[in-house]
Amino acid sequence: MTSPLEQKKIKIAGPSIVTANRTWDGIVVYRTAAKSWSADLSEAAIVRNSDEAKALLAESVADDVGAIGPYIAPVQVGADGKIEPGNLREQIRRTGVTIGQPAQV
Amino acid sequence: MYAYDEIDRTLVNERVSEFRDQVKRRLSGELTEDEFKILRLQNGVYLQLHAYMFRVAIPYGTLATNQLRALAHVARKYDRGYGHFTTRQNIQFNWIKLAELPDALEDLAKVGIHAMQTSGNNMRNVTSDQWAGVAPGEIEDPRIWSELIRQHTTLHPEFSFLPRKFKIAITASDHDRAAIKIHDIGLRLIKNEKGETGFEVLVGGGLGRTPFIAKTIKHFVHGRDILSYIEAILRVYNQYGRRDNIYKARIKILVHELGIEKFSREVEEEWQHIRNSSLQIDDEVIEDIRSRFTYPAYEKLPHMPDELRQAAADPDFEAWRKNSVAPHKVQGYSIVTISLKPIGAPPGDATAEQMDALADLADKYSFGEIRVGHEQNLALPHVAKRDLPALWKALDKLGLATPNVNLITDIIACPGLDYCSLANARSIPIAQELTRRFANHELANLIGRLHINISGCINACGHHHVGHIGILGVEKNGEEVYQITIGGRADENAALGTLIGPGVKFDEVADVIEDVVEAYLALRERPEELFMDTVKRLGVEPFKERVYATR
Repeated sequence: MTSPLEQKKIKIAGPSIVTANRTWDGIVVYRTAAKSWSADLSEAAIVRNSDEAKALLAESVADDVGAIGPYIAPVQVGADGKIEPGNLREQIRRTGVTIGQPAQV
Repeated sequence: MYAYDEIDRTLVNERVSEFRDQVKRRLSGELTEDEFKILRLQNGVYLQLHAYMFRVAIPYGTLATNQLRALAHVARKYDRGYGHFTTRQNIQFNWIKLAELPDALEDLAKVGIHAMQTSGNNMRNVTSDQWAGVAPGEIEDPRIWSELIRQHTTLHPEFSFLPRKFKIAITASDHDRAAIKIHDIGLRLIKNEKGETGFEVLVGGGLGRTPFIAKTIKHFVHGRDILSYIEAILRVYNQYGRRDNIYKARIKILVHELGIEKFSREVEEEWQHIRNSSLQIDDEVIEDIRSRFTYPAYEKLPHMPDELRQAAADPDFEAWRKNSVAPHKVQGYSIVTISLKPIGAPPGDATAEQMDALADLADKYSFGEIRVGHEQNLALPHVAKRDLPALWKALDKLGLATPNVNLITDIIACPGLDYCSLANARSIPIAQELTRRFANHELANLIGRLHINISGCINACGHHHVGHIGILGVEKNGEEVYQITIGGRADENAALGTLIGPGVKFDEVADVIEDVVEAYLALRERPEELFMDTVKRLGVEPFKERVYATR
């Protein structure tokens, strides 16, 4: 498997984060500035240029036991600093399926 | 039902122990994800958007009640209380924790269920007709041959590292319920002029990015030669199939690029080397497998019992019976399809409570047997006609008596962007909205047989190419856009649908489908002319005009 770092030159169009799935249970997690993982998007480390993104992704990839499949994802940062997912896929990963789950219907 | 032997049980149990050790080493960091990925895939474990997804095989779509209860148990104990039946006779659990997976596998192994070869570049679960063994006019039970192939290909080293995944489906009826023409190898059981059992062999079918309908490579292969013939196909594929480009790695691409004539010559040449080897099947082997399939001790029952005659006065029962009950090969019995497509619900999902209750009903009314079909519905294969009214009442209480089998709300849909890491767009909400639009059963019956298939990306897990109406979700400039095709079908006359025009937005899809259906109702020559026949007669233009005239 090709490392995400080797796949292509990293370009970001705006504020971004690194997200992955936690290894032991698979839940969605975000890389924090404290070099850890959090299930809370508000704790994600924000990167704003390619070099920062590459560095954050590199340390995330290195933490292979903590989480798997890390990648860079766009976010929107409000004036109040609130972080929101930058696309529908990430919105769904953050808030869950957009449908009722059968066991809850 | 098929009774597994000691070899099967040992194999499954050993695999659980092996995987438990692998998971332990992964969680400790001894194995990296790169090292572990192929191991988890060999046990049906994917990583999806929200969590790991665990895919369990239901070989040839046959389940015993203790197996269905075990699936309910896994849903309840290790997941979020439900499972999703797929288009290839598997069930998927969407919220499994890796750390708990070995326990889930161990619980399933106790009833002979496993997840081997439900993912990865190997021979996948061999699928078949969900009415196998009970359909009137069937050549013979195709599950016997499915089981033979399952045994031969399970953990077969030559088939464990193929260029890409490889899927086989088998049918033994004139009407193909197993969608064999969209499989890598499709097998149709037939008899030759001497009355010997054999197969028409088709190869190179598949959907995805580059869809193809399978082509007949050989009109008759004797049953005793079927393993060697399949092996010859796989050897040619293994030798020439592309490993450098994942998008060109399926056998359908090889068959297309070589041409069916050259491909069949290559297979024939290979086959001549191996057909008289140990791969030739003795009659005793088949008879041994045949003997392990047990069939119910059917009673001699009347064709029209009093219970059925009396229940006919209830229009709701009659609506269900006409829609969901099919003739059985034994007089006095029926095959009952259980729709997993209630109005407004995700297609193919069943809760743990529904699975447990269905297992109870199968014990009471279907000799303890349940079937799973590729249309994401279930079936009870041996229901006495006298029990139909009682069964219907019980199913209705469970929300499982929606009389929409083969109608417009019997939608096939992949998990889409709500669950799948490959998806570009959502499938399930589209299906839910369409079932609400066409919830009126009188309207659905007026429309008649019409299959809508929805995929959330080009990989086509929702079989959109072969839907009478196909819906493909893509992403364009950050938005979900849906392309509509019409004229596809997955049966014995399998065909790929034709695109009717530019994609439409998420909110417009249901309106567009309503337009297509209204156009059909206006264009059909008579009520019996099905949607597919109207499309065949007129082509896509009138539908295109209707949809895009005002858009």
